[in-house]
Amino acid sequence: MRLLTGFLIGLIFGTGIAISGMINPAKVLNFFDIAGTWDPSLAFVMGGALAVAIPGYRLVLARPAPAFEPRFQLPDTRVIDRRLILGSATFGIGWGIAGFCPGGALPALGTGDPAVFLFIAALIGGLLIARVLQARAPARRPA
Amino acid sequence: METAFTPWASLGGGALIGLAAVLLMALHGRILGATGILAGLLRIDDLSDWRLRAAIVLGMAAGPLVYLLATGQLPVIDLPISNLAVVVGGLIVGIGVSYGGGCTSGHGVCGNARFSRRSMVATVCFMATAFATVFILRHVVGA
Repeated sequence: MRLLTGFLIGLIFGTGIAISGMINPAKVLNFFDIAGTWDPSLAFVMGGALAVAIPGYRLVLARPAPAFEPRFQLPDTRVIDRRLILGSATFGIGWGIAGFCPGGALPALGTGDPAVFLFIAALIGGLLIARVLQARAPARRPA
Repeated sequence: METAFTPWASLGGGALIGLAAVLLMALHGRILGATGILAGLLRIDDLSDWRLRAAIVLGMAAGPLVYLLATGQLPVIDLPISNLAVVVGGLIVGIGVSYGGGCTSGHGVCGNARFSRRSMVATVCFMATAFATVFILRHVVGA
């Protein structure tokens, strides 16, 4: 049951990414190209997601626990440090180069496009490089 | 390369992304962050947790098939960059999201939906550098 709901939730997410256009790096890169071939669509993706997630989270997090688990697993870090700022800024540079973020690229795997597999392989490489670099620093799980 | 402005499809797709995030929190008590889910697949310390992550990723990758069933074609994926840029972008994204603790889904949708200050700061950082990177690559370097 847990695996089935996990799969279906992933399916809803992946379908949303496909319909919204986030799955297409050309479209994502055009969102960032205000001075050129600007396509403002991605602002609508974020708007649609937040319009559902803000009230949805409010309702869900008011409950004592999720349906299948004893408690909600929410990030407990509140520190705004160099690591958060520089890491996120670095992510934006890669996003601006390739047009794929992790949530856009995972659903894109389903199209079978070889360039997507190349991106995911490099992404996993980056995650593993960071894991090695962080091995001595205190561990902090990504959200 | 121009892409069509798709406000309604993007809004609707975004709403599905938000719905998936709310359902994952309601049922499994977790943040729907592509970075965190993928990073968790790269270590096996808890098998049932690993299986849930795998089910979510499989569901995500099946998203384009739902799109295919609904529209008769796979979603368009255009990567208007070289394979080298895909690899470099992927590596940078992987390192950045590891240090930043999340990406567009984890920080941009889930974190912002619960008004996490960390996520708001992260979102401003990665959006700013993505805009700057595309501007530099397309209008300074590529001008």
